[in-house]
Amino acid sequence: MATRTRDVTVIGSGPAGLTAALYSARANLKPLVIEGLEAGGQLMLTTAVENFPGFTDGIMGPDLMAAMRGQAERFGAEIVRGNVTSVDLSARPFVIVAGDDRIETQTLIIATGASAKLLGLPSERALMGHGVSTCATCDGFFFRGKPIAVVGGGDSALEEAIFLTRFASTVTVVHRRDAFRASKIMQDKALANSKISVEWDSEVVEMLDPTHGAVTGIVLRNLKTGAEKTLAVDGIFVAIGHTPNTTLFGDSLETDGTGYLVTHDGSRTSIDGVFACGDVQDHVYRQAITAAGSGCMAALDAERFLEAQGH
Amino acid sequence: MASDKVTTFTDGNFDTNVLQATTPVLVDFWAEWCGPCRALGPTIDALAEANEGRVSVGKLNVDENPAITMKYMVRGIPTVILFKGGEIVEQIVGLADQAEFQKKLDKYL
Repeated sequence: MATRTRDVTVIGSGPAGLTAALYSARANLKPLVIEGLEAGGQLMLTTAVENFPGFTDGIMGPDLMAAMRGQAERFGAEIVRGNVTSVDLSARPFVIVAGDDRIETQTLIIATGASAKLLGLPSERALMGHGVSTCATCDGFFFRGKPIAVVGGGDSALEEAIFLTRFASTVTVVHRRDAFRASKIMQDKALANSKISVEWDSEVVEMLDPTHGAVTGIVLRNLKTGAEKTLAVDGIFVAIGHTPNTTLFGDSLETDGTGYLVTHDGSRTSIDGVFACGDVQDHVYRQAITAAGSGCMAALDAERFLEAQGH
Repeated sequence: MASDKVTTFTDGNFDTNVLQATTPVLVDFWAEWCGPCRALGPTIDALAEANEGRVSVGKLNVDENPAITMKYMVRGIPTVILFKGGEIVEQIVGLADQAEFQKKLDKYL
């Protein structure tokens, strides 16, 4: 196993990780970026990004990520593909193992992001890719002229529902409560769309039909009345929020009640020399621009930490 | 740049090149507009290189080949299906790393 030594290593390659890499590279720290399976992060799953400053006419998510990557590389960031399998934070240098690589690093910047949550039903797992999806922009295409359901009630659920009306004949939003958590503007937009209807106070009991090998319907239970009903749909999009990608770190870093890394004084975590940025430590803003901003903070914090250590 | 070891499967050649093939065949269902599919591209290339002569590795564009996409009820991409003797023996939906694919392949070599 080859060992590399680094002053700065970044795990993750979304806006947070690549901005951290850009700043570290420009500080001549030659950062190593380990981009995971989901290289580029959640923006790779979006279409047009209309709210990243500087792009008057918007930019496609994957194009924005390619540009960020190129910019970081231009200043000397080394980006490697790889899936980190273990991280030892018990002493510095920290030790990271990714495939056949062993990396010893003085500082670590965690930018592992967050992943879509699933309901956890066996039928959901069985039908993934055969009608169950967490990515409207990836899979909406398969449901042209078909009825579908979207599970969730937040901004991203309604955004997906609105996006999916481009393809689907009807979109039924299934929500556990009697009101959406989504912003007023998003609710107004969704409820005004004639293709969108809502099943309030409803939870998903089952997805049909694993024996058929494709989604044919969804069984709902009304939480107020207890009544069950089946909707015939060809697709089910699950948009019930995100969970931070922190499994790698076990309980070595302080997390909040919901699993997000806790940061203090900028991007510092509970271990000196370990910094966190982007969605893995932010369940409030979760924007490309806030992730990028926090990535910049993490790089500057790591740089100052190294200086203080006499590097 | 895609590896020249990666075959292009289509509605037209699927029967000959996949179902009647003598080796196991790995089929990557993908589309140009699918970000994760593009992310998976280099992994598929590497699998083709690493398994040359033992496994036929190729891609099927779901936009251009609706018949096969419908036949296997693929409604999410990337979906990678391993065929052997004309039958589905394994499938992976979404992203996975090369080692995980190889582990599945090795069972049929």
